[in-house]
Formats: sequence, structure tokens, C-alpha cells
Amino acid sequence: MTRASRNGRVTVPEVLRLRRLIVETAASAGEGHIASALSILDIVWVLYDSVLTIEPSRPDDDARDRFVLSKGHGSLALYVVLASKGFFPEETLRTFAKYDSSLGGHPDWHKVPGVEASTGSLGHGLPVAVGMAMALRSSQSRSRVVALVGDGECNEGSVWESLLIGAHHELSNVTCIVDFNHSTDRALSLGDLSAKLRAFGWETREVDGHDHSALAEALRSPAGGPLAVVATTVKGHGCSRMEDDPAWHHRVPTSQELTEILAEMQ
Amino acid sequence: MQTVEGLMAGDSRVAVLLGDIGVWGFRRAFAEWPSRIFNIGVCEQSMVGLAAGMAMEGMTPIMHSIAPFVVERCYEQLKIDLCYQALNVNIVSVGSSYDYSALGCTHQCPGDIAVLMALPGMEIIVPGAPAEVDRLFRQAYSDGSPTYVRLSERGNESSRDVNLGEILVLREGAAATVIAVGPVLDTVLEAVQGLDVSVAYCTSLRPSDEKFLASLTTRKVVTVEPYYPGPLASQVRAAVGGRMLSVDAIGVPLRFLHNYGTATEHDLAIGMSVPQVRRRIEGFLDA
Repeated sequence: MTRASRNGRVTVPEVLRLRRLIVETAASAGEGHIASALSILDIVWVLYDSVLTIEPSRPDDDARDRFVLSKGHGSLALYVVLASKGFFPEETLRTFAKYDSSLGGHPDWHKVPGVEASTGSLGHGLPVAVGMAMALRSSQSRSRVVALVGDGECNEGSVWESLLIGAHHELSNVTCIVDFNHSTDRALSLGDLSAKLRAFGWETREVDGHDHSALAEALRSPAGGPLAVVATTVKGHGCSRMEDDPAWHHRVPTSQELTEILAEMQ
Repeated sequence: MQTVEGLMAGDSRVAVLLGDIGVWGFRRAFAEWPSRIFNIGVCEQSMVGLAAGMAMEGMTPIMHSIAPFVVERCYEQLKIDLCYQALNVNIVSVGSSYDYSALGCTHQCPGDIAVLMALPGMEIIVPGAPAEVDRLFRQAYSDGSPTYVRLSERGNESSRDVNLGEILVLREGAAATVIAVGPVLDTVLEAVQGLDVSVAYCTSLRPSDEKFLASLTTRKVVTVEPYYPGPLASQVRAAVGGRMLSVDAIGVPLRFLHNYGTATEHDLAIGMSVPQVRRRIEGFLDA
């Protein structure tokens, strides 16, 4: 069962539920980057629903595909998808950001089943993902590595270093998704991002980052070398008061706002 | 280099990442193990991340570049990618302190040990002779922790049977204990000739030899460190707890060394030559 959003995209009911769960979890904890999580939720969902080969009951299986959330502040999206897919019980979300919780504002790979790297400081995840891909190729593994970076994160030089390295070593087992919600525009324009990625030697596809079938197609079609997917997204997607409003970057709703937001997300 | 090649030959998990430094020297490794040695290029930040990713996949990476580039340039990557994630990655630097004095301050790194001491979980090895590099690195390289190995252009004439986390006592005396770190041991041994002091030799700052430091019996302790002084001296103070102890920390002064020339000329300029170290210790003993 699916339904069309006001943008004409098709959204599965489970993803609508996860949107609410992100907002509820952050509101309950008094912490969380809600708008960033909503920006990437569709991407993360599609990855775990129809792209990555990974068994939730065996998150350390050598043969699994790897997903590195380089923009670690989007952790709530990863957490709700991992819980939905059975990597850990959904009740764990109620502990989010509490003192002894496994679920922090930024993910810790030692604590959370399914989390592949500890991220938070930007520009770290893609180099780690490229290193994983080099090691997997060295061991003749067939697993792929997918990293998700933000467009603001693309200000970091280490992102571009890693893109050079991935192309130089012709890593056909690594994919870099850019959550292109234009966060960077107020600081540093990326210009024609796709052209830059192509110039750096990555096969580059552009996609609506909230269109599940388009995302799946872009991420599943084979590439001859390293693959970049520029996913156009809306920060705060699905919550009209948050969409593209920087004030909501790291803010949680009041109880009144929460009621209104959840009503909108039905 | 022989140590690393030996490890590559004997341990198929070992991978080498070069920051476009030492590539010619590793030509045999490039020929024999092309899938496990990479000239990453001049991008130290990413090199640390790559090494982290490789370690997560079960490899045992060894990264190599000049000290300021592989420590200070990519310090946050060392902190997050290696130490926070607790990964078995090794960092081997060349160009310690002012080894490359003629190249100027950009290529000097007397602050490496001080900043690395601030990274929880980072093992820190300062060998004083080539055989000690081999011995210490083989003990540490696959122990599950990030490890920093500080190679020096200059060192001691002979090597000692050093072990990770162990301070060796080389001679006994009553007036003070002088602890030399790595390549300054010969300087210290010559400087204290005829003085009634113990001489101890330290080659690993972490793990430290807390047992030895806690058992120091002399009232005065001198640490001679070939970098900004303090890391070992602070360990001495911490180990002896509330006991009264005078500590003199000798090392490279905290200032940019704007001159060029040779490392020996810099020794003289900053008080690290044999007679200067002797005068400093004598003055401390008389105080």
C-alpha cells in the first residue's frame, strides 16, 4: 500500500510512520537534528529496503554491503530505519540521547548494530568508506560500500581528496550519495555539483531524493567505476514548517508544535 | 623499511599507505604486494580515513609520512577515525623534531608527542636505534590499538633490549634519576659521566612504565625528551602521587626554530648538546 504525497511522489506508509517517529523521538529526548533526518529518510529507507544486501540479524556478516552515514547528524533517520528493519528493537529509540543509551546524537559503530562508522565531524565518512572499498577489493569481496554525505559537508577538502582517490583506484564498489538540500548555499556555493563530480572521475547520476523508485533505479544500476548520486532533497521534507527553514537545523518542537506537526504527517 | 617489508611478507593483513613519501624506498613492496601498498598522494586527512576503513575490514594498515603532515595536519582524523573508533592502525613518521632543520619550521614537529598524548588510546613509541624500531614495532603493530612510531634521523650508537611499556635502568646512582627518551640516550650518557646519578631509558610513552615511575626512590628526577618537554615529566609527577619530588624537564624549547643549518647546530642553539645538558643537570643537582 502506497500513497502519493503533495509533490506527486509515492511514499510508503512505513516511511510516513518513520517521519513521525523521528519527530516524536527528538521531541521526547529534547535533542536531534530533525530536519536533516527528514532530508535523508527516503534515501536511507530505499537503501535498506531495496538496494543493500544485508541481513539485520547478522549485521557483522563479511558478505554484507556497507552503509556509512558520513553526515552523522542525520542519525535519527538511520536509527528509525534500522529499527524498522529489525537491527534493534524499536523501543530502544525511547532512550535516544539519554546518558546510557546506545543511540547518540551522532552514531557510534561500537554501540549500534548496523552502524558501520562513528561519524559526526564532517568529512570523515567518505574517506573511511573508500578505505573499506579498497580493503574489500583487495580481499576480492563482492560487497559494495555506500556513503551518504551532505552538500554542506562537501565544503570539506577531505571529501574531494577521497573522490580523487576513489577515481584513481577505479573503485567500482563504492557509491557516494550527496544529500543535496542546499544547506551550503548560504556559505559556499558548490556550483554545478554533478559536473564537478564527473570531472573528478565519478559516474554521476541526478535523482529526486524523495522519489523511491528513482532512487532505487539510480542506486541499483551497475556503474563502471565509482558512482556518485546527487539526490536533490528538501531539508525538513514532509514537515511544512521545517522545510528549508534553517532555524530548524538543531531544534526540537514544543508540545503544541509537535501536535500540529504530527497531524500534518498523518 | 626492512621491518615493514618483513611484516608484509609474514602477515597478509598488513597494508602500507604512503603520503607520497618513501615511495622509491618501498619499490620492492610495490612489486611484490601491489594489492597491499598504496601511494595515496598528498592528502593526509583522507589517508587516515582510508586506513581506518581498511582496519575495519580486518587489515592492519601502516601509514607513513613526515611527522608534521601525518600528525598535525590530520590530527582530528587521528582522534576520531583511529582513537575514538579504537582501530588497529599504525602511523610511522620520519623527520622528528628538527631533523629537517634546513627545510625550515614547516617541516619540523617537536610538538608531536605532546599532542598525541592528548589522544586516548594512542600508543606512542620513540625508538633510539634501528633495531629498537624493529623490536618495539613488532610488539605493537597488531595489538588492536592505534600506534605512533617516531623515527629519528639521529640515534644512539647501540640498541638496547627494549620492550613496549618498559623503562630500562642502565646505571645506578644516588643523587638523581635521569630518564632519557629514545635518540637522546647517548647524549645523556655522555653528559652524566662521573655524576652520581641513575640513568634510565624510555622508548614508549604509552603504554608507560607506571611501575618503574612509581618506584622512583631518588628525590630528584631529570627527564630528557627530544621534543617539547613535558610528556614524560608529567607521567613522573603523576606516578609518584603526593611524594615530594623535584623534576627538571629538559627538551626542545617551545618556540619556532627560525634558523636553518644542521640539527647539531640547533642542539647548540637550544641547549641540547652534551655539555649544555651536563651543565643543566649539574645545576639541578646543586639546587
